[in-house]
Amino acid sequence: MEEVKLMKGNEAIAHAAIRYGCDGYFGYPITPQSEVLETLAELMPWETTGMVVLQAESEVAAINMVYGGAATGKAVMTSSSSPGISLKQEGISYLAASELPALILNCMRGGPGLGTIQPSQSDYFQATKGGGHGDYHLIVLAPATVQEMADFVALGFDLAFKYRTPSMILADGIVGQMMEKVVLPPQRPRRTEEEVRRQCPWAACGKGSRKHRNVVTSLELDSAKMEVNNLRFQETYRRIEENEVRFEEYYTDDCEYLMVAFGSMARICLKAIEEAREKGVRIGLIRPITLWPFPTKRIAELAAKTKGVLVVELNAGQMIEDVRLAISAPSPSVHHFGRMGGIVPNPGEIIEAFYSHYPEAKI
Amino acid sequence: MDFKDIIRPENKVYARPRLLTENITHYCPGCSHGVVHRIVAELLDEMGLEDRTIGIAPVGCAVFAYNYIDVDWIEAAHGRAPALATAASRLNPDCLVFTYQGDGDLAAIGTAETIHACNRGENIVIIFINNAIYGMTGGQMAPTTLLGMKTATTPYGRRVDLNGYPLAISPILASLDGTCYVTRQAVHTPGAVRKAKVAIRKAFTNALEKRGTSVVEIVSTCNSGWKLSPADSNKWMEKHMFEKYPLGDLKNV
Repeated sequence: MEEVKLMKGNEAIAHAAIRYGCDGYFGYPITPQSEVLETLAELMPWETTGMVVLQAESEVAAINMVYGGAATGKAVMTSSSSPGISLKQEGISYLAASELPALILNCMRGGPGLGTIQPSQSDYFQATKGGGHGDYHLIVLAPATVQEMADFVALGFDLAFKYRTPSMILADGIVGQMMEKVVLPPQRPRRTEEEVRRQCPWAACGKGSRKHRNVVTSLELDSAKMEVNNLRFQETYRRIEENEVRFEEYYTDDCEYLMVAFGSMARICLKAIEEAREKGVRIGLIRPITLWPFPTKRIAELAAKTKGVLVVELNAGQMIEDVRLAISAPSPSVHHFGRMGGIVPNPGEIIEAFYSHYPEAKI
Repeated sequence: MDFKDIIRPENKVYARPRLLTENITHYCPGCSHGVVHRIVAELLDEMGLEDRTIGIAPVGCAVFAYNYIDVDWIEAAHGRAPALATAASRLNPDCLVFTYQGDGDLAAIGTAETIHACNRGENIVIIFINNAIYGMTGGQMAPTTLLGMKTATTPYGRRVDLNGYPLAISPILASLDGTCYVTRQAVHTPGAVRKAKVAIRKAFTNALEKRGTSVVEIVSTCNSGWKLSPADSNKWMEKHMFEKYPLGDLKNV
């Protein structure tokens, strides 16, 4: 029988990392994600799987440790929350530029600046549009449950290694902090040195029996060669867009209106939709799981058969830009409802906002 | 008589080290980097470390070190080499991991990473080229630039009231419990080159024996940035640099 546990989303990340066979975690405390490092320190995986766990002197150092470890072919990760993720952007850009697999958790809090420690989804732009300098994308996974927090560790690492690009788990603070039932994955062994060398022939892990040296760098001063690199990155992003779009739909078979929401907001929207449906108001929901690549095509299909779309986010309106881009004319109207500052709306507020934009839907 | 009759392998007394590549370096003639690269390449070969060495290149003049020394390399963001080295070393404990950094990289933008890697006693080697100037970007002031020294950003000479004091960082690193060996060397004379090689060999041995962090500062010249001839740069270094940055071991435990 599978073992069901009760824990926080952040704790699930730590357990799942060890069980995935992660080689190293490098972090720095910041609310609301410090439980990842705390849980790892408590579980002492260096005694069991041999996983390295290190509290760095800063977020900057932590992401560069991730860069150093990833460059040797190891499965390494870091976690932080919004202000700390801003500090990591330089390193994330270097990871993308050097085509290194790595996993980054952003357990989002409200900003800008030091902002608040309460939950938010206001780093959507930063996560999905690059974040650091240069033309690049991260694979961005948005968990809505503690179970998905656990599951997306393996998914994030697998995609990162498959495409040689960093992945980000973009969780709102609610998913990181709330406790839920979770079934943890079985323990996998860490890859042997031989397996690392086979999987990552590019890794700078000492030449070993290799004849040539491996160099991991993001630098190329020859413009003609740099453009070739840029085109290769873009080709990878097109393959990811083609193959890795993930989303979930609820009540979309007969929906007259559509809500679009990710993470914990999708769950609150679902509750609002279920209450409205009891009264006969036919609203559907699409929950993007990958925020990049974005489920553009499916949103366009669903929007085409609806009278109106409401995008619900814990921010001033960020994902709504991608929803609008997805929907071509003649389009239904697209509206936004968001709360900021760490305030989380209840289902009643959401449905009220829905009726304010679509009063004709009220029965 | 053909030159091949004269230049025979048994007569050879000086050659390119096996692990120094045939790439033409971008370093200016007279620059200390070439000599230090040669020492590192010789030692990695002599110590049999070619197959298990990871070098971490900096941002600065040595950014292309990976083109010249034939081992695996990772190119770091500016100042972050000790953070990369920390992870590379902990995740690959059988490897020799060394960073090769300039004064701006190590003692300005990367001060935090340097101090904390040393303080944790990471089993790595830090080779620190101190030429008191930002060479790669065209000769701007470095944290180690001497008072009165003219650079592109101190065109009338470094002034305490505007720019603060030159930073001697090696004594700070020597005061940390995590370092086992901190030394200052130079490569301006044959004797100095031999001493510097002994120092780097000791540093590599310390890392392999997991004795903590070793730092080898090489007080160096930058004749292009200093706007002096290579020979005059050496004289200027002896007269001025060695006063602020005296050679010798600062810590050897």
